[in-house]
Amino acid sequence: MVIKAREKNKPAKGQTGKRGVWESIVLEVRKRWQLYLMLVLPIAWLITFAYVPMAGAVIAFKDFSIRRGIWGSDWVGLRHFKNFFMTRDFGLLIRNTLAVSLYSLVVSFPMPILLALAINELSGRHYKKIVQMVTYLPYFISTVVLVGIMQNIFSVRTGLVNNVITLFGGTATDFMGKPGLFRSMYVWSGVWQGMGYSAVIYIAALASVDPSLTEAAIIDGASRFKRVWYVDLPTILPTIVIQLIMAMGSVMSVGFEKIYLLQNPVNLELSEIISTFVYKRGLVNFQYSYATAVGLFNSVCNLILIVLANMFAKKVNETSLW
Amino acid sequence: MAKVIKNNKKVRYYTKWNDHLYMALVHILCAVSVVCILVPLVFVVAASFSSPKALLSGKVYLWPVDFTLRGYNMLLGHKLLISGFLNSILYTVVGTVINVIMTVLAAYPLSRRDLAIRNPVMFFFTFTMLFSGGMIPSYMLVKNLHMLDTIWAVVMPTALSVWNLIITRTYFQSTIPQEILDSASVDGCDDFKFLIKICIPLATPILAVNVLLYAVGHWNSYFNEMMYLNTTTKFPLQLVMREILMNMNTAGMSMDVTKQLEIQETKYLLQYTTIIVGSVPVMLLYPLVQKYFVKGIMVGAIKG
Repeated sequence: MVIKAREKNKPAKGQTGKRGVWESIVLEVRKRWQLYLMLVLPIAWLITFAYVPMAGAVIAFKDFSIRRGIWGSDWVGLRHFKNFFMTRDFGLLIRNTLAVSLYSLVVSFPMPILLALAINELSGRHYKKIVQMVTYLPYFISTVVLVGIMQNIFSVRTGLVNNVITLFGGTATDFMGKPGLFRSMYVWSGVWQGMGYSAVIYIAALASVDPSLTEAAIIDGASRFKRVWYVDLPTILPTIVIQLIMAMGSVMSVGFEKIYLLQNPVNLELSEIISTFVYKRGLVNFQYSYATAVGLFNSVCNLILIVLANMFAKKVNETSLW
Repeated sequence: MAKVIKNNKKVRYYTKWNDHLYMALVHILCAVSVVCILVPLVFVVAASFSSPKALLSGKVYLWPVDFTLRGYNMLLGHKLLISGFLNSILYTVVGTVINVIMTVLAAYPLSRRDLAIRNPVMFFFTFTMLFSGGMIPSYMLVKNLHMLDTIWAVVMPTALSVWNLIITRTYFQSTIPQEILDSASVDGCDDFKFLIKICIPLATPILAVNVLLYAVGHWNSYFNEMMYLNTTTKFPLQLVMREILMNMNTAGMSMDVTKQLEIQETKYLLQYTTIIVGSVPVMLLYPLVQKYFVKGIMVGAIKG
């Protein structure tokens, strides 16, 4: 009976012009009201916690005062943006943000791919599984603990690294205190923590390599390296491109949770990035409007970057996010 | 495999030499990764069981020196750490329950191909991955909702992760055939019943992945909590740990030298034990969901 009802309704959908849009909406909702009911809660949440803050970002164009509220505050147009672009902070923040994220992209993007290709070549179920399990273990460690471990491992007096260095006759170095090492510490700790987890996705993609292609390559006398280069890599290329687009989209929003913890007065000149600046100006100094303007600038840059990356990927090899 | 190429000696030789080099590189890469990941972790565990004196003189490598439980005993006396631990459990459990319910409620209808508003709604969700209002407007929203300094400020803004929604939806789409839905509806099964009686039991791997990712996310997060919570007794473990781990120079200068040395000594030990205590709960969860994790991520992410 249900199937019959469904078939009856089908032509109705095609005739929306005749029967009216409202009628077909009512029909659709009545037929699937339970599905719509399920969606009510998530959509309500989405509007409240994602789209209301987006609308709230108008305070970037206003002189927000708590007493007068968001809508009562005076409109100042682009003044906060102008202020931001004029200050010395602007160049510094852009430089730091881009440097740390591009460094991170260049190093931590290819590493998981290499690891996945290596794990894929391993023979023996247990060996493979152990390597995989160990490499994604650090993903589950919190940022606070990670930075805590770093501070202890690299500590001048009690740390493992300096113990080993002095054991071999070197001089202890204050890795965490040297501003010049800040970027490397950030990026390589990121590799340590995220490499195995990011590799999972590529390992999954490698599982879909067509075995007959590999066999044909073997018969043609292709070496392992050539098999990886001509068979495995092209198979996972779409996955790589998607991951790269996503990574491009977050170039301007580097993990500020970790950077905030790694910051100290000595390395501030290199470690102050846009998001930590927003936090300090907004929630420590209460310059709500100014901080929102800086944050909005950041979000817009991200959006532009991801759209550009997507367009580029579409043109070059027809894989894209949308 | 080598047999196939046997009649062409030149090719075979070339292949073999090259392959050995390649496999050597593969093994080196895997071994280096495993060692680099394990050594720091083993060191922290070893250090947490060592005496402060051995730690300060740099004698600890990968095995405890002068085995002691002093660090762990000190933790038991730390009131904030204990309340932080309990708070973290509360936030994680409540948060994860809300997360999983919200994710399933959103993912199931959006996985149904016959739902008319499927694509536009999906776009509304994914757009928030690309663009957001930013930190300050979110803070002001939480403030206006009078959620500041309550558990709701911790669990509500992160009630749903769009990434998890996408993998869950893909999982539903690819593992629950249309035929089951058709035959169930012939038998008079409505959508609620179908979701609870058929989809959820079929989707345990992806639910396990969701529980793991959300729970780990709640347990490990500190930034939202730092923004939204003011009372120290409401702090989750990560915030308390941040105080212990980051404020290296809290020892007052006026104290006499021996006392200061003692504080200095135990401070390091306390940091190592704090790291262990903060990570153990997540590590306990790890093997449990491990068997589902890779599988669920694979099915969910590949086609997404």
